[in-house]
Amino acid sequence: MRREKALIFELGSPGREGFSLPASDVPEREPADLIPSTFLRERAPDLPQVSEGEAVRHYVELSRRNFGVDSGFYPLGSCTMKYNPKINEDVAALPGFAQLHPYQPEELSQGMLQMLYELDQYLAELTGMDRVTVQPAAGAQGELTGLMLIRAYHEHRGDKRRTVICPDSAHGTNPASAAMSGYKVLEIPSTKQGLVDVKALEEALDEDVAALMLTNPNTLGLFEVDIPKIAELVHKVGGLLYYDGANLNAIMGHARPGDMGFDVVHLNLHKTLSTPHGGGGPGSGAVGVKKDLVPFLPVPVVEKVQDKYSLNYDLPHSIGKVQGFYGNVGVALKAYTYMLQMGAAGLKQASSDAVLNANYVRHLLKNDYWLPHDYGPCKHEFVLSAKNLKDKYGVRTLDIAKRLIDHGVHPPTVYFPLIVDEALMIEPTETESKQTLDEFIEVMKAIAKEAATNPEVVLEAPHTSVVGRLDEVKAARQLVLRRQK
Amino acid sequence: MSRHYLPHTDEERAAMLETLGLNTIEDLFNDIPDQVRLDRELDLPAPLTEPELYSRMYALAAKNANLNEYAAFLGAGVYDHYVPSAVRHILARNEFYTAYTPYQPETSQGFLQAMFEYQDMICELTGMDVANASLYDGATAVAEAALVAVNATRSTEILVVDTVNPAYRAVLSTYVTPQGFPVKELPSVDGVLDIDAVAANVGPETACVIIQSPNFFGNLEDVAAVSAQLADHKALLIVVADPISLGLLKPPLEADIVVGDGQSLGNAPSYGGPLLGFLAAKQKLVRRLPGRIVGQTTDKEGNRGFVLTLQTREQHIRRDKATSNICSNQALNALAAAVYMSLMGPNGLRQVAELSLQKAHYAADKIAAVEGCSLAFDQPFFKEFVIRTNQPIADINKELLQHKIIGGLDLERYYPELKNHMLLCVTERRTRGEIDTLVSVLEGMS
Amino acid sequence: MSKIPEELRYLDTHEWVRVEGDKAYVGITDYAQDQLGDVVFVELPEEGEEFEQKDSIAVVESVKAAADIYAPISGTVLAVNEALEDNPELVNEDPYGEGWMFTLSIDNEEELEEMLTAEGYKKVLEEEA
Repeated sequence: MRREKALIFELGSPGREGFSLPASDVPEREPADLIPSTFLRERAPDLPQVSEGEAVRHYVELSRRNFGVDSGFYPLGSCTMKYNPKINEDVAALPGFAQLHPYQPEELSQGMLQMLYELDQYLAELTGMDRVTVQPAAGAQGELTGLMLIRAYHEHRGDKRRTVICPDSAHGTNPASAAMSGYKVLEIPSTKQGLVDVKALEEALDEDVAALMLTNPNTLGLFEVDIPKIAELVHKVGGLLYYDGANLNAIMGHARPGDMGFDVVHLNLHKTLSTPHGGGGPGSGAVGVKKDLVPFLPVPVVEKVQDKYSLNYDLPHSIGKVQGFYGNVGVALKAYTYMLQMGAAGLKQASSDAVLNANYVRHLLKNDYWLPHDYGPCKHEFVLSAKNLKDKYGVRTLDIAKRLIDHGVHPPTVYFPLIVDEALMIEPTETESKQTLDEFIEVMKAIAKEAATNPEVVLEAPHTSVVGRLDEVKAARQLVLRRQK
Repeated sequence: MSRHYLPHTDEERAAMLETLGLNTIEDLFNDIPDQVRLDRELDLPAPLTEPELYSRMYALAAKNANLNEYAAFLGAGVYDHYVPSAVRHILARNEFYTAYTPYQPETSQGFLQAMFEYQDMICELTGMDVANASLYDGATAVAEAALVAVNATRSTEILVVDTVNPAYRAVLSTYVTPQGFPVKELPSVDGVLDIDAVAANVGPETACVIIQSPNFFGNLEDVAAVSAQLADHKALLIVVADPISLGLLKPPLEADIVVGDGQSLGNAPSYGGPLLGFLAAKQKLVRRLPGRIVGQTTDKEGNRGFVLTLQTREQHIRRDKATSNICSNQALNALAAAVYMSLMGPNGLRQVAELSLQKAHYAADKIAAVEGCSLAFDQPFFKEFVIRTNQPIADINKELLQHKIIGGLDLERYYPELKNHMLLCVTERRTRGEIDTLVSVLEGMS
Repeated sequence: MSKIPEELRYLDTHEWVRVEGDKAYVGITDYAQDQLGDVVFVELPEEGEEFEQKDSIAVVESVKAAADIYAPISGTVLAVNEALEDNPELVNEDPYGEGWMFTLSIDNEEELEEMLTAEGYKKVLEEEA
């Protein structure tokens, strides 16, 4: 199984070419005749020199050394690795969408603007907000945008607030985004049940608090049942409620952040609305707001007057721009086509099945692993712990993750949330069949058994991958970030 | 409703519920308080089947003019360079595009190696020591670079020349204002930065000076002169570069950080997104960089392999003390750039740059000869240039559309003093015939 | 059980201090290095920088964690352990010896007196467990 793969720089030979370009159809002139030679490069960049066939084989082989949702089960908690419909890719690749320049005339972009306008409305309906911008390029940028909107809202009222509260179970992006938008972060603990400690929140709240950032269901996959009370408390001191939409896949059509009292939400279109994750991006972090925050949205916003769509830059209180143009519209398109296919009942069924799948797997694994928060149903994901196996057999979560690779399963999210020791965060999603779930359950049970009977095989995993367990300590101590020449 | 993405039959749902000891799916949602339950169906359009959807989207796409049907002379940060077919075929490999961030390296070696190679290629182009594995776009890359400079110098003032792309300056301002870092715009003279203004403004409180070359007007800036002005200051020099130009032009070796947008490297314009922010820097800044970085290592048997490294900079570990909040990036766009650079190699990239340079100069010379039109600046330029005309740009562009030509960018919105000025871009995709048509329309209007 | 040398003074945040003449050597405890795992980088202060007691003064990093080091006493940085730049693993291998991080001037003797003794630090660890 083990096999090194040559770098593309190690292939080809000097002078070999993988491109086809026409000759110049204007009078040829030497570059040095057009611009001073001091501006010209003296040495060519040392890029690969390969034929098209060689390049294609190289990247195809690399793709074979990679695992995607189409390769197999990918229960990566908090990332909603659902199936990515193929029609979405075809639509986004149409020249009428992909081959558009952002500054081309609005009258020649009416189809794209219509899509953006309607997606705004669909997402607003899905989340219970008044308007949505798709400008932020990813969830983290959605958070940053949302917090800037909150800051602008308070400052517009002459209200200087300096603190943002995050629970200790929050995604790392929450405190990082709060810091980047100039806020001090106050972390509050979770209860033993894994929920926001309302008493601790009450004590932390005062008129310096700009917002509470909350993921609901939270990162343990549990619904924050005290949300009405929490919203009331935050609003009472003049703070706003921010919804991290990473887990929206649990509640589509069942409940909406806007109805829970949230003032600002971000959605990860690449999670909830089926757009592919692209090996780490591009995503889209659409942000929805309630009426009072609309004046602060990033420019431009898409407007519709009679039957004409246009880009409106005239928002005097806008926070400005967060992207050079209008965001990852190519990604937004795929979310739009997904919503058009699913419809209201389909989206609700998707969430129902996502929650059913999570509860099913959780129920059948809780005797083999430790389930620290075993209260009522979970939502779309749940967090197990391998603490029982670590204490008894010295087999840790990381070892279990690596052993899953041998079984053709992508490992769950590991060691997050930070409040659970040896965490394994499992999110099956609704697009997985009962057979797939049953197979996964069997594999997980088998690994737990192996940990007791043959721990070495787990500790040494993976055995079937193209490389063995990689030395991350060495990578960090001796930084090699490009070829060593 | 569309069922083909949802595998369960009702019988299977019932069986699973039975395993859980429940009767209905609603039992799994009973923890949600009634007052926040949605008691109606979402108000969304009735669902479409796949054939219906395709027809509808095809019709919607047809309402947009696309760059295969129109010859566009628009640039300003998004460019119509040719994308070789092989790029799209590689990007369609589902092992790549349906994967997520390579948190588990043993099962993600393909993407990790591709990103390692991408980092290397970006270093080759820019002349820097290290590169990250992508940011959202050129605009946010500028903002992130400024934040690196603030951290590295412990100074807060950000100087940016007004020849830097206005959209980038707008995003920069949005990013740093909440943190209280002042941004000062430096004036330009005849379409290039004013070196005296740099000298007069840089001081101990300066974190960085941000310049762009080729700048927003297409003109080449004297990077070395700015660097010389910074020699006695701790301020960093951040250069925004056009990666295509670096196939031909000297890389900004004097910079501490080089950023830009890599869309033109194998990515479609996509109405401005997804694009590709790139960021490369000198070695000394490696621990302050934002975003993912891939490093080389070995497994126990000594096989070469790749992992995400320097992760302690990142939000999932350092939380509010992270170098940036970025998590998802533009990995697939970076992959497109890597495939593009592999196919083009040094010769192809140079040819694209040379063709763009030659055609842009051909167009500029011809337009300058049209009565009522002139070049706005007397500067060396790459593939973009500014013309001054004797009539409104909107009128010219309207006329050009009749000839299936999308004209240049009206600069008045961004530079009020540049009324009747148009920024034109000519890539290798523009033909002599298209340029001549553009010129004849201008002639006809003068 | 991790080592807790009798002659050193400690903070409950797992830093130790060893006084030699008029300077104080500072590092992290055996327990702390064990909790962190393989140390891959130590971000050290610069010589001549001044710190107040409890200021964040350095950062020690493993692959998946980063921990702030706090100044156990107020003082000026006299020297830093440059060997850690190439060999951060010294923090794991010899936390109380070769793995020292920096030395501080002793501006206020009383602050030293207020630090935990080996006995006191041992109690802190017992409580954490």
